[in-house]
Amino acid sequence: MKVVLLGGTKGIGRALGRLLAERGHTLCLLGRSLEALEASARDIEVRAGRDQKVNVGECDLLHPKGFRAALDSASEKLGGFDTVVVTAALFATQDELEADTALARELVTVNFANTIVFCEEARKRLMSSGGGTLCVLSSVAGERGRKPVIIYGASKAGLSAYLEGLDHKFRAQGLKTICVKPGFVKTGMTAGLDPPPFSGEPEGVAQVILKAIERGTPIVYTPGIWRYVMLVIRNLPRFVMRRISF
Amino acid sequence: MEMPHKTPMLSGWGRLPKPGKEVFSEDLRALSSGAVLSRGLGRSYGDSALPPPSHLEVATTTLADRILAFDETTGVLRAEAGLSLHELNRIFLPRHWFPPVTPGTQFVTLGGMVAADVHGKNHHVEGTFGAHVTSLVLRVADGRVVACSPADEPELFWATVGGMGLTGHILEVEFGMRSIPTPWIYEQRLRYRDIDALIAALKASAADWPFTVGWLDCLGSGHGILNRGRWAEKDEAPPHPPSPPRQVSVPFELPNWVLNRWSMRVFNALTYRTRGVATGVINPEEFFYPLDKVLHWNRIYGRRGFIQYQCVLSKAGGAAPFLALLQKHRGAAFLCVIKDCAAEGQGMLSFPLPGISIALDLAVDDNTQALVDVLNEAVLADGGRIYLAKDAFTRAEHFRGMEPRLDRWMKVRRRWDPEFRIRSAQSVRVFGDPS
Repeated sequence: MKVVLLGGTKGIGRALGRLLAERGHTLCLLGRSLEALEASARDIEVRAGRDQKVNVGECDLLHPKGFRAALDSASEKLGGFDTVVVTAALFATQDELEADTALARELVTVNFANTIVFCEEARKRLMSSGGGTLCVLSSVAGERGRKPVIIYGASKAGLSAYLEGLDHKFRAQGLKTICVKPGFVKTGMTAGLDPPPFSGEPEGVAQVILKAIERGTPIVYTPGIWRYVMLVIRNLPRFVMRRISF
Repeated sequence: MEMPHKTPMLSGWGRLPKPGKEVFSEDLRALSSGAVLSRGLGRSYGDSALPPPSHLEVATTTLADRILAFDETTGVLRAEAGLSLHELNRIFLPRHWFPPVTPGTQFVTLGGMVAADVHGKNHHVEGTFGAHVTSLVLRVADGRVVACSPADEPELFWATVGGMGLTGHILEVEFGMRSIPTPWIYEQRLRYRDIDALIAALKASAADWPFTVGWLDCLGSGHGILNRGRWAEKDEAPPHPPSPPRQVSVPFELPNWVLNRWSMRVFNALTYRTRGVATGVINPEEFFYPLDKVLHWNRIYGRRGFIQYQCVLSKAGGAAPFLALLQKHRGAAFLCVIKDCAAEGQGMLSFPLPGISIALDLAVDDNTQALVDVLNEAVLADGGRIYLAKDAFTRAEHFRGMEPRLDRWMKVRRRWDPEFRIRSAQSVRVFGDPS
């Protein structure tokens, strides 16, 4: 595969970038900081152990005006691409978001509006070359309105709905859309939080994502047990949701 | 309903918890800024990687695991301090590269390997890991990021090698990997009647074998097994790289009584009978890291926790009386590992010195402090020393007595950190740092 990976410098994206390269796929990493991108590219190249260059390019989810140029430049470096993966997103705790409306606005804008704009640009490019795979990290936080993740969860709920609709409409035309719903994964993003039971490691999650890309699975929960955790949560009556703090 | 807020607890591999909490970030430079202590994978047994009583948080480096550079021609590798040896081996063993020195577990970080200046089965040939480190990047106590090497700021460098992370937060490590003929080990295992025969065999093997280690049943029989190995040559080894050994996990803490004198005796007798004699080609992971196959094996000791007491005795004849002393004080060591050590490294607090290293796994009970005191008196009288990475009970006066190099190390540390901003629960206990 020729993969454009937005957000490959940290967390799940870092693990996924390493795994993709180890399996022989060609990569272009997109992200905010060229310095971080270059460091990640060197890391991935050494780990993959082939004389294959990992490309990098600047792209900031805060600035949709740069999306086209970033994707065009990635396409040029890779000689076209067939897979686009988005792992980048913002995270903040509900307390932080309630205290800072500007932060809340930024998070919702990046995770929902701008991610969709990026996906639209990616979708058009993938479809113009006959299809491919668009794989985006949403979250189990979007499964139901819950006290600790009201705003972050809302941004991910919207994203999940978009991705599902995209898959319904365009799969027949060759575009596979994959919505990944990670549960709690131990990365820098969640570093300040106490890991609940069933929390996962980025390496394991990356393997699940790669398998989903290879198989074209439209919705994937990872670690897998979160499918059942969220099944329960989605079906809890409202009076219970009001009581619990999960 | 609000839950009462409980103080989070943290422990080393020996599972003796103290108040503590790990903070993670991929950005080690930000994470280390202002932190009291860095922590790797927490495989030191006692309190080396636990915060002093005045602090709760330690900066855990494990998310900072990028390889920054690797030179295929020289083998020089530079990486962030949180990279684990397990990951390093997974990547490089199939490509016929291996670290020059490896400890007995691969669940350690590069930063931890430098901080403890680890040694391995090839100490008699290669010395400690620190001898192969070519440069370090540290965040020192005043916030500056400083590069050091044997040529650049050599005092800071050698105070950091074996300095238990107390001279600065280790951010990057550069060292020379070794090219190996195949990713397989040719090993021999031989049985010996007692410790003196085992030590004699260890010393005799040192000339021809790059990797040697002894295992002793010091509960009853006194029998020993010598394990020696070298990298297999191309005509001996299978054509494919070894696959990772199957891992099992101890899923929960076992009751304290499971591991007792009698169950340990049975285990040791079985080990001697079934694992005592062998010759052939083996997966290096099984050769170097036999216990890594059992994840969370520290849970077998139960709630009480355990320590590994490791010392090096300078006099070769000292091992037998030392173990007799252990038995006299009813110390029941499940595991007893013997290794002959060669010359002392340049790390100012580096553990090995020429002699015999003895490592004992001991369940903790009311007798442990008294037992460690007695053993430490014996080590002191011998002119040997203990290994800080394993230690949880040594008293400051004993350590000072064993460590004539302490003043020199302290002087360097004081120059870079006059207020002892970087410190650990262990440094408070053993060096008398402010709590």
